[in-house]
Amino acid sequence: MSSAGGAPAIGADLPELREIPGPSAFGTDRTRFWELLWIVSVSDFKQTYANTTLGFLWTIIKPLVFFGVIFVVLRGILRFGADVPNYPLILVMGLIMFQYFQEVTTRGVRSIPNRESMIRKMHFPRIIVPLSIALTATLTLFFNLLAVSPLFFAFGLWPTLEWLWMIPILATLILFSTALGLILSVTFIRFPDVDQVWSLVARVLFYASPVLFPIEKIPEPFDVVMTAVNPLAPLIELARVVVIDPNAPGPLAVAGPLLGVLLPLSMIAFAAVFSLWIFKREAPRVAEAL
Amino acid sequence: MSDRPLSIEVRDVAKSFRIQTDHPADRPRKDKLLHPFRAEHREFKVLEDISFEVERGEFFGVIGRNGSGKSTLLKILASVYAADAGRVRIAGRMAPFLELGVGFNQQQPARENVIMNAVMMGLTPDEAASRADEMIDFAGLSDHTDLQLKNYSSGMKVRLAFSVLTQVDADILLLDEVLAVGDSAFQQKCESVFTKLRDEGKTIVLVTHSMPTVNAFCDHALLLHDGRIDAFGKPIDVSNRYLEVNMRAAAEAEGGRDGYAARFAETIADPPIHIADAWLGADPEQRNSALGSGEPIIFNAELEVVRAVERPGFQFKIEDGQGQSLFMGGAADLELEGGHAEPGERLRVRVEVENRLAPGRYVISGGGAQLTSDGTSEPATPVTALNFEVEGTRAEGLMELDHAVTMERIDSDKPVIGRP
Repeated sequence: MSSAGGAPAIGADLPELREIPGPSAFGTDRTRFWELLWIVSVSDFKQTYANTTLGFLWTIIKPLVFFGVIFVVLRGILRFGADVPNYPLILVMGLIMFQYFQEVTTRGVRSIPNRESMIRKMHFPRIIVPLSIALTATLTLFFNLLAVSPLFFAFGLWPTLEWLWMIPILATLILFSTALGLILSVTFIRFPDVDQVWSLVARVLFYASPVLFPIEKIPEPFDVVMTAVNPLAPLIELARVVVIDPNAPGPLAVAGPLLGVLLPLSMIAFAAVFSLWIFKREAPRVAEAL
Repeated sequence: MSDRPLSIEVRDVAKSFRIQTDHPADRPRKDKLLHPFRAEHREFKVLEDISFEVERGEFFGVIGRNGSGKSTLLKILASVYAADAGRVRIAGRMAPFLELGVGFNQQQPARENVIMNAVMMGLTPDEAASRADEMIDFAGLSDHTDLQLKNYSSGMKVRLAFSVLTQVDADILLLDEVLAVGDSAFQQKCESVFTKLRDEGKTIVLVTHSMPTVNAFCDHALLLHDGRIDAFGKPIDVSNRYLEVNMRAAAEAEGGRDGYAARFAETIADPPIHIADAWLGADPEQRNSALGSGEPIIFNAELEVVRAVERPGFQFKIEDGQGQSLFMGGAADLELEGGHAEPGERLRVRVEVENRLAPGRYVISGGGAQLTSDGTSEPATPVTALNFEVEGTRAEGLMELDHAVTMERIDSDKPVIGRP
């Protein structure tokens, strides 16, 4: 190599030749992954709220108005729920949890085309796009819970150690919603019908969750089916038991250990594993599929 | 090649796209319902057998017609597309400028876009935040920092993108048609940034349509044609081949085998006269590509005649780095003594042009010509091009003209002319 009289000086601190990583779901550098996730999430958050007059307040206004309407209709007009202890709280809790799920999944569907210009021009871990949406929504979830907490105090519910159960419950909800968001984001690229299908499924899931009607108001065998088939149902039931009403029937009481606990947990675990697998498989090609 | 360390190494890269041949909208609904997940696909080969190397500090041009695979190649280098086969290795960090931008978000202010992009190109969030103002400033947009990007003109966006790109300390820059956008002030800025980056030892890969740009800046170039490397090497050879490819395509469009474009392509492929040598400066021993302001441009060429040519001539053109044609001269028939050139003869061409060019980078390109019996001019050689620099600090404008401006006092008692 050094036939031509001495090595060039500029080569001294030259980085070595390394194989390029190519587009992928996770990238290769963990620190950069978190940095990028953070910066994209902040941008997503700002984009969602920065251009509106009320800004972030909307995250709190939306569930409250929704709650108000449903409450007036069900309680005031249909006289429903008078015999259910703390019915408004059940409604609020269920709505906030479901709304989180809905936001992560429906925004997840179009998340990749919405970031098209970035994806087609830059190299970065592809999973950051749907993950940033989940992260933003999670922030909203906590703000929502914080915002409605005075309502709980007003009903005479004060924090107990039992409330700590909310941590694994919410973690499971976040895991499940994020997993579905990931799956939807990559399947939409291949099958644009996913958008329509999912808006239907999400609506069905809403009525298949004990949000409007507490689980004990649902006749057998629908309460068992609901708890066993829709993983959101046992989570919402559990949240009610640990925060609002310890005497309310939990998923174990409703559907037994197999259908009430094991099946929903395995579905969530399956969704999580499947989401990572499919995203990893599809990520290298999303830029060209757009 | 020399023993300079490599910056990019591409080995046997291939890429094909799956094109859906039957669009869902065209399929009968019954078929769609029966096979919702089935679609007819066609493999479309975009790149095949791509292998080349780029040395550190090189300015490397990639040229080719639309659809030749240039942009796909750049996207593979940038890790935006995955190659189907082969291997790409690079040394250091890469900053891409693809599809006329770097992936800005229209709904956000410039500053946030700049930070996000800088982080994506490898800066830490802190570094990006502390350099953001500098980047916006460099793009000349400091008055509009908080404006949402959608309110920017397309030229402003490109300036901003380019500014980010040049200030993220990347070792390799990938530029797709950067000179095709922006006004001439921006292009001049690009030019000076190119020179600066090159002096810093950065590697630059530039995709372009413009042959003068390749000739003015590039050390090596590569011509892609139908997804394969058609030519690789010195910019002038590659751009001659590109000219030939273009002329053949034009000939096909004309439909005739003996139209002007077809004859042109034939001549370049198998010229009656070869250019044996070409250089700038009066003395062949002291070739000089840097001119002082006003120093005449002297261009020499030695031609070797292969086949007899009636009434040979020579034509030349001066272009700036952005491909803007500034001057054309010469003649298709230079009235060579004796009229025609015989095989085996050698001819000397000397061009001297007064130099009124503003400081900057230019290309002078020229080639032998011949006057045919029907009175039309045709090329007799491929084109040769040499780039040169006019030294000095660049001011406004393209030219330096002789001028005189004076100022003097006049008698204040005299009535002002034109006023009653």
